[in-house]
Amino acid sequence: MSAAAGRLRRAWDHDLAWSFRRSPVVIVAALLTLVCVCGAVFAPWLAPHNPFDSGTVNLTDGFTPPAWSQGGKSRFLLGTDDQGRDLLSTIMYGSRISLAVGVASVLFSMVLGVTLGLISGYVGGKVDAFIMRVADIQLSFPPILIALLIDGVARIVLPREAHDQIAIYVLILAIGVSSWVQYARTVRGSTLVERNKEYVQAARVIGRSQASIMLSHVLPNVMGPVLVIATIHIATAIITEATLSFLGVGVPATQPSLGTLIRVGNDFLLSGEWWITVFPGAALIVLVLSVNLLGDWLRDALNPKLR
Amino acid sequence: MPAETLLELVDVGREFDVSRPWLNRVLEGEPRRSLQAVDGVSFSIRRGETLALVGESGCGKSTVARLIVGLYTLSRGRILFDGADLADPGSAPLRRRMQMIFQDPYASLNPRWRVRDIVAEPIVAHGLAPDAKALAARVAELLTQVGLAPEDGERFPHEFSGGQRQRVSIARALSSNPEFLVCDEPTSALDVSVQAQILNLMKDLQQRLGLTYLFISHNLAVVAHVATRVGVMYLGRLVEVADAKTLFERPRHPYTRMLIDAIPDLEMSGKSRTPVAGEVPSPLTPPPGCAFNPRCPHANERCRTERPVPLELPGGRIAACHAVQEGRIGDL
Amino acid sequence: MTESLLSVRNLRVEFPTRRGTLVAVDDLSFDIAPGEVLGVVGESGAGKSLTGMAIIGLLEPPGRIAAGEIRLEGERIDNLSPEAMRRIRGKRIGAIFQDPLTSLNPLFTIGEQLVETILVHLDLNEAQARDRAVELLAEVGIPAPEIRIDNYPHHFSGGMRQRVVIALALCARPRLIVADEPTTALDVSIQAQIIELLRKLARENGAAVMLITHDMGVIAETADRVAVMYAGRLAEIGPVKDVIHAPQHPYTSGLMRSIPKLGEGRETLAQIDGAMPRLNAIPPGCAFNPRCLKRFDRCMHDRPSPMPAGATEAACWLYAR
Repeated sequence: MSAAAGRLRRAWDHDLAWSFRRSPVVIVAALLTLVCVCGAVFAPWLAPHNPFDSGTVNLTDGFTPPAWSQGGKSRFLLGTDDQGRDLLSTIMYGSRISLAVGVASVLFSMVLGVTLGLISGYVGGKVDAFIMRVADIQLSFPPILIALLIDGVARIVLPREAHDQIAIYVLILAIGVSSWVQYARTVRGSTLVERNKEYVQAARVIGRSQASIMLSHVLPNVMGPVLVIATIHIATAIITEATLSFLGVGVPATQPSLGTLIRVGNDFLLSGEWWITVFPGAALIVLVLSVNLLGDWLRDALNPKLR
Repeated sequence: MPAETLLELVDVGREFDVSRPWLNRVLEGEPRRSLQAVDGVSFSIRRGETLALVGESGCGKSTVARLIVGLYTLSRGRILFDGADLADPGSAPLRRRMQMIFQDPYASLNPRWRVRDIVAEPIVAHGLAPDAKALAARVAELLTQVGLAPEDGERFPHEFSGGQRQRVSIARALSSNPEFLVCDEPTSALDVSVQAQILNLMKDLQQRLGLTYLFISHNLAVVAHVATRVGVMYLGRLVEVADAKTLFERPRHPYTRMLIDAIPDLEMSGKSRTPVAGEVPSPLTPPPGCAFNPRCPHANERCRTERPVPLELPGGRIAACHAVQEGRIGDL
Repeated sequence: MTESLLSVRNLRVEFPTRRGTLVAVDDLSFDIAPGEVLGVVGESGAGKSLTGMAIIGLLEPPGRIAAGEIRLEGERIDNLSPEAMRRIRGKRIGAIFQDPLTSLNPLFTIGEQLVETILVHLDLNEAQARDRAVELLAEVGIPAPEIRIDNYPHHFSGGMRQRVVIALALCARPRLIVADEPTTALDVSIQAQIIELLRKLARENGAAVMLITHDMGVIAETADRVAVMYAGRLAEIGPVKDVIHAPQHPYTSGLMRSIPKLGEGRETLAQIDGAMPRLNAIPPGCAFNPRCLKRFDRCMHDRPSPMPAGATEAACWLYAR
């Protein structure tokens, strides 16, 4: 009991917690992120409607404007889309997919990048040269192009039904592969610094194997900047997913993400049904902006030079 | 007391490749360049003694330390530990019997590990403790041995001062029950009052555990205090080896004399000393003949062309100097 | 005593942090006369470098001078604007730091750097400034200065670079030189040359030198007087011979006995147990009391100020009358 209280006290006293408490912008960003994440994760319980249950969706409800404008219905707070689905609910379900793709692809690229960066920095020599040249080549293509390429290949190789089922995994793979380079470079740089430190030499004198030194000594000491990049990358990955879905190569329309919703709504923007695209767009901006603000704060708070 | 030899270096050398990257070499027509960090060093350490290696920065003393513990591989020569060649594939178990203490107490402990895990690392790596309870008991014993409290094991390195961290470093080095410790400038990052604590502790441990030390330092006063024998290095070569007392009272090699003259001496307060001329030449382009000849007041034509070999002089000391060997420099 | 060139009175340097204000230098007073070398010694964290930084007006924020005054030739300089302080630095105060490499710009020849500094501070034309630069380089003992002046910093070895830095600090014939560990990065044989140079400059130019170092040996050879700092406070100040051979403060005497000396043999060194307190945990009374073997009741709650003790002044209640 007292041990747990002490740990809580220490966490509250920690420099990170302190710099968090001092910045109102970060607190607001964290709250908004929390709202978005909760809304997305608990969508099946929180959303007023299930937009994918064809039994409850009524085509005659289509194009209902938001509740506060003329012709709005109180059942549909943010209005409905062309097929009569409640927009608030589709946004909540859509953010669920956007977030899942964002987080999963960041985890994927992080694991890939950290592993390659660690090996590159620690082993050095030809292995290092090879990994870094691959990274250079990859950097000369825009990430979205690489994602398009992987997605395109998957479409050709897989039959259509199969593709719809695993589209989301292809998307995660595509976004993940397109952004491992930054992790690899950062980790390689810190590894080059850490591996010459005396504690690593001490572990070698003790007789630990290369692999165990990498994992137990070097890895924990190079993860700080990686976590910062990862936070900011979640926002980037969500945008990339939205862009791919907007271009129609992302998730299938049966499981719309925020990007899909914006694309669908885009068709009706000029005919006056602005809300179908504006609300998903606003949700995307709020989500990305608050995650980005959190990442920026984390970077500054962990950087001793800016403190 | 004829003690047996524990460690022996035979004509040890180490080159480092300091060439520019391949593309630059091709474009600018530069050849490969190598730096002879350690050049034909031979000495032996007897069981139970402290051999100190001294010299200015870049003289190769730290490289010798790292060659012995296996952080670098040899370019040439052999290192024998307790009679066995450390380059042999079967010599891995010998490594447990030698450990190293590093210079920087802030960099030599992993900042994310608790002290008890740091001290336990060699025990775990070599499987020296039968169970967790024995491990914890051993760590507590080690911490007490170096003057820390067993409870300190729960803390992280940043909670300790420089001197306390160096104690943790020593506890870690002792945890695999080594016989031989390589100490690379163990006190040069510490304040003097703390340096005294650590030197006393190391001496005390040497007596209690029968340890043998190789002590690397640039501080001659510290070396005079801890060493039984002293080796002086200059530009990768060993120029003089002698008993500590003999070396400091009657140095033979001109470089040793210069070093001893250059020590700021507290007793000289107010008086000025004769500053030493010149600086250490670049190890990339060592002068021909004796490496010390450009700064040596006794250098002649032979010194500028022919490299002196270390020869044993009366009294068991070794010096690599034509002037000493020809009798041009007398005993003090 | 001659008119002092630098006078520091009750200097207090603080670092506000969220866990409270750390007092890094506390109630520190000393003087330096023209032509005098004052050595300032102490362990790392004793506040000696911060004192130097406070004097040359380069305290890193959030560090600040919270109380006291600093006078250079009678004029207060602790409350000047950064702009005014920048003009004094270089012209009337020269600074020499530990690492010669970071004090020089690698992109310019040393001649360009010297001439630029001379032109800023002295009323000379470019040709005269160059002559002056050559003169300075010769003065600090750089061979063939008229050739070396067109070299870049990386052409010089460590010892030579430190000489260039000293030349740079001397451009405008400053009245005060603050040298923070000028020899620590150098090998012993080079150290002696730099020490000799500093002494000569103080003697010949009548400049005051504040030499900050942790190395008692360097102090013994260079300084006329020594100030010993402990936990941000002055422990003892006095002529170098007396502080070294007859220290009065228990900390100074412990420190002196803990230094290994040649020809002492292999017996156990005297040591001071424990470590200097961290700035957030300085005990009440005398800061040295937890480690002091001579402490008594008064040391535990009254803080001593420097008072006459033998030939020196020591902040220790043993000498209270």
